[in-house]
Amino acid sequence: MGGSVKMVEETLKLAYGDDSEFIKDKRIAAVQALSGTGACRLFADFQKRFCPSSQIYIPVPTWSNHHNIWRDADVPQKTYHYYHPETKGLNFSGLMDDVKNAPEGSFFLLHACAHNPTGVDPTDEQWREISQLFKAKKHFAFFDMAYQGFASGDPARDAKSIRIFLEDGHHIGISQSYAKNMGLYGQRVGCLSVLCADEKQAVTVKSQLQQLARPMYSNPPLHGAQIVSTILGDPELKSLWLKEVKIMADRIIGMRTTLRESLEKLGSPLSWEHVTKQIGMFWYSGLTPEQVDRLTSEYHIYMTRNGRISMAGVTTGNVGYLANAIHEVTKSS
Amino acid sequence: MASSMLSLGSTSLLPREVNKDKLKLGTSGSNPFLKAKSFSRVTMTVAVKPSRFEGITMAPPDPILGVSEAFKADTNELKLNLGVGAYRTEELQPYVLNVVKKAENLMLERGDNKEYLPIEGLAAFNKATAELLFGAGHPVIKEQKVATIQGLSGTGSLRLAAALIERYFPGAKVLISAPTWGNHKNIFNDAKVPWSEYRYYDPKTIGLDFEGMIADIKEAPEGSFILLHGCAHNPTGIDPTPEQWVKIADVIQEKNHIPFFDVAYQGFASGSLDEDAASVRLFADRGMEFFVAQSYSKNLGLYAERIGAINVVCSSADAATRVKSQLKRIARPMYSNPPVHGARIVANVVGDAAMFGEWKAEMEMMAGRIKTVRQKLYDSLVSKDKSGKDWSFILKQIGMFSFTGLNKAQSDNMTNKWHVYMTKDGRISLAGLSLAKCEYLADAIIDSYHNALLYWETPIEL
Repeated sequence: MGGSVKMVEETLKLAYGDDSEFIKDKRIAAVQALSGTGACRLFADFQKRFCPSSQIYIPVPTWSNHHNIWRDADVPQKTYHYYHPETKGLNFSGLMDDVKNAPEGSFFLLHACAHNPTGVDPTDEQWREISQLFKAKKHFAFFDMAYQGFASGDPARDAKSIRIFLEDGHHIGISQSYAKNMGLYGQRVGCLSVLCADEKQAVTVKSQLQQLARPMYSNPPLHGAQIVSTILGDPELKSLWLKEVKIMADRIIGMRTTLRESLEKLGSPLSWEHVTKQIGMFWYSGLTPEQVDRLTSEYHIYMTRNGRISMAGVTTGNVGYLANAIHEVTKSS
Repeated sequence: MASSMLSLGSTSLLPREVNKDKLKLGTSGSNPFLKAKSFSRVTMTVAVKPSRFEGITMAPPDPILGVSEAFKADTNELKLNLGVGAYRTEELQPYVLNVVKKAENLMLERGDNKEYLPIEGLAAFNKATAELLFGAGHPVIKEQKVATIQGLSGTGSLRLAAALIERYFPGAKVLISAPTWGNHKNIFNDAKVPWSEYRYYDPKTIGLDFEGMIADIKEAPEGSFILLHGCAHNPTGIDPTPEQWVKIADVIQEKNHIPFFDVAYQGFASGSLDEDAASVRLFADRGMEFFVAQSYSKNLGLYAERIGAINVVCSSADAATRVKSQLKRIARPMYSNPPVHGARIVANVVGDAAMFGEWKAEMEMMAGRIKTVRQKLYDSLVSKDKSGKDWSFILKQIGMFSFTGLNKAQSDNMTNKWHVYMTKDGRISLAGLSLAKCEYLADAIIDSYHNALLYWETPIEL
């Protein structure tokens, strides 16, 4: 019910660090999960069962399925400020206020890196401040890390937020996914981990996670997990993976740069700074639903109406077309 | 070892007792917020932030897993693992079907991508699985009255249906057989669907308590869900006869109940896919609305790939479309979309006439091995047991499992004296039995049945 042991071991190293004391001390309760969704759902069900009076604080905006997951797990939701539409960046003071005003010991959902859908991440310094405030308020941090390696190209860099919280002594929970960074989307490979006080507690918590998984799907699918453990367990293959993940991340970063330059070259009066400031797969363009509709109907460009564009779909072949279309629908605003 | 499993299970978590060795006080990287004080033999930790998991106790060990663990720890050469619900060859090795290897090689050569499946799963798989179940020409298929979505094997498919029942039939009860597969209760509990049992196994006859079954189904509030095993009942191996199935369908229709089939062994029970689907098709022929969960764990040996489906037979194509959309809404916050690998294997095997034929042959071979082993076990029992006890129930049962009729003390004797590992309800997995071991097993069963209570004054807890 806990899945592939090898795969979980390697996955924990990625999140907690190769030489993590928590791994050595066996303090992490971890199970293979059905990609990020499954990991989040398992945690939500665990939260419901063992902290039945708790709520989850979810950023605004977030991946829409987060709301579905905690709702179907019957955990009440609250939101916290995150995205600042005016700056197309982080509403840091709003975030900190919400963290401060939440009742002590609240559960918070944090995106470890490459926030979906905004691409807006706190800086390291901001993460440190958030962590300190969490400590003061005794909040529980649950990290959804769906893009490790895929955001900056460097897995260690992308796990920085988690490492900051670990250094500060938090007992966190993490959802990890290999959908994007190993391209294993349809294989549904991920991992849920919960850092506990000691080994005994980790064994106990793991037994309860397995108990939740059993009446949902009994045990997780093998194939994708075998791929992951084969790759990460072999130094050559792991090194190859790190190269490939960097190539993928670099391509997207490159497309961001090209898109921004193209928009600026077209003489757009608006600021396109956020194209390159945001990180990860998605660009939160700030386009209005009406502008999005025009992009679709007039230019056959398909995207979600909240203005989120998947940069993964942008290529050297179409970036010029995209820039032009965006310019056309925004130039009069 | 069994005893260590027990001690884990009975240990409650004492939050402040921490093994001093594990604290690594003063070493680099240690938790700066833990201060340790020694009080004679007990080390107390005063954490600035006490863990919120302190009240969490150890979940009970899985009853089946416990059996395998104990088996592994046993060093006796004669040991036999009959707890396993997975097919083993005559050499007692796991078996990956040749047709599965073929399909996987094809898939690898083709270089299929790994993109997300839609929430409802692989279309080719969904089509194939519904057709396998009902027959491609069946009106429910032709008239598109079946909502099929790919699920995480039998468990996942059952869970989706349970969640649908909870959401759209609030207060409705599910009736499950006594006994049934252990995880059924967990699934309905976690889905918050109330359940009760209908009589099924008759220990006096080691057969079906048909009168009791019908009476209990009749007594259930109208519109209850009745969980039925399509074939090869788990754990008893006791299936209703075709005539009994007709009566079961009658009483279900009479009370306006909703049948809910768990079909985990299609093709694996009799060796024939069509024959094993007879009960389901009987109900479909009557135009009833009902649920069917399927699994390819056993019949295609795809255990770990988690491939199955939930089918909801509706009275109209429109209803089927709507039901399918709601099943998707339940799946999305559970796992978003199902794993692709197992689905592709099934679709490839079923979609190619030659491979489909090969599959049927391998399935016949697996089912055949089990039938042969049943026969040999029966023959051994009859020739060795001079008491005149009727062992024919073994031949009447079908599928992977046999309910031996052994009670707990007798089952314990099987393990403690004979190193035969089985579940405490008297169930043995014939899939884990080889022809070579039949005589030994017969000796063990005969001894346990007749003598167990003489050997052990009190039954030993496993």
